[in-house]
Amino acid sequence: MTNEANIRDPLEIAEAWHGQGRAVALATVIETWGSAPRPVGSHLVIDGEGNFEGSVSGGCVEGAVVGEAANVIASGVPRILEFGVADETAWRVGLSCGGRIRVYLERIDG
Amino acid sequence: MQLSTLEKLNEARTARRAAVVVNDLSSGRAEAFIEGEPFPAEWDAAISETLRSARPALATVNERSLFLNVYLPPPRIVVVGAVHISQALARLAPIAGFDLTIIDPRTAFATVERFQGIELLADWAEDVLPTRPLDRYTALAAVTHDPKIDDYPIRAALDAGCFYVGALGSRKTHAARVERLRAAGVPEEAIGRIRAPIGLNIGAASPAEIAVAVLAEIIGAFRHRDRGEQERVA
Repeated sequence: MTNEANIRDPLEIAEAWHGQGRAVALATVIETWGSAPRPVGSHLVIDGEGNFEGSVSGGCVEGAVVGEAANVIASGVPRILEFGVADETAWRVGLSCGGRIRVYLERIDG
Repeated sequence: MQLSTLEKLNEARTARRAAVVVNDLSSGRAEAFIEGEPFPAEWDAAISETLRSARPALATVNERSLFLNVYLPPPRIVVVGAVHISQALARLAPIAGFDLTIIDPRTAFATVERFQGIELLADWAEDVLPTRPLDRYTALAAVTHDPKIDDYPIRAALDAGCFYVGALGSRKTHAARVERLRAAGVPEEAIGRIRAPIGLNIGAASPAEIAVAVLAEIIGAFRHRDRGEQERVA
């Protein structure tokens, strides 16, 4: 029931960017454990230049997701990324909040 | 995800219709389904449950790994009547996560001073609703006691399938209202959906307490809205 009307909507942005001829990838949180900062279903949209809007973690892992988005945009093959304290990547990307998340990353094709 | 799926989803969200996107994690395919449309049989249970719970979820259906994401319109409350109860309700509703709009054609009641920071439309519901339609994710509370003001929006809310339709007034007032609605051809089943007397029975006495009772009843109706639908089907 949160009112996020004032926050730029990643799904609207994804459609608008695609309309401008930009390559677009969409990241979605599909699973969380522990104190993950963004709920399941949250979106991050990334373009081919690495511009992004939205969030999947409140800032901890966005950099890594944006980096991986370039590969998904190039290949068109969706990927599932996992971040968490059990994974050394977590320390590298800084998910220091103690949570773990899985993120589904896909290209918008049209 | 195909662009057409994204477009269908965004169109539904703009139109305040609930939608579920089913991502097949094995194949990478994604499909958008809008509430009210028929769903494919194999996914019907999973999609319906996701809509009901309003929680995105992973699911395995026929050995396929799915992620179902759900997009519900933000729930809102439309109050007909800029009265004392409405002033309290206007302050309580945002705390519980509801947007709120007040409609009252009586300009003596609908003053900016009494409703600072609240969306207040000093007009008849007949004039407001055509451009701002009610929907399934809207609660309507009619609190003027005045048939000239209340009856039209109550009928409009029943027609629109609002998840909550409440009307202030004693049992006697409501009995007279029921007679008017019957005479106007409103089906019994629809009349039966009106919550009257309005609000949960907590012995509310002051306008603020009545507002709490109404808000609690609205929350209950929102959280149980699937049950009501099942009862109506059965």
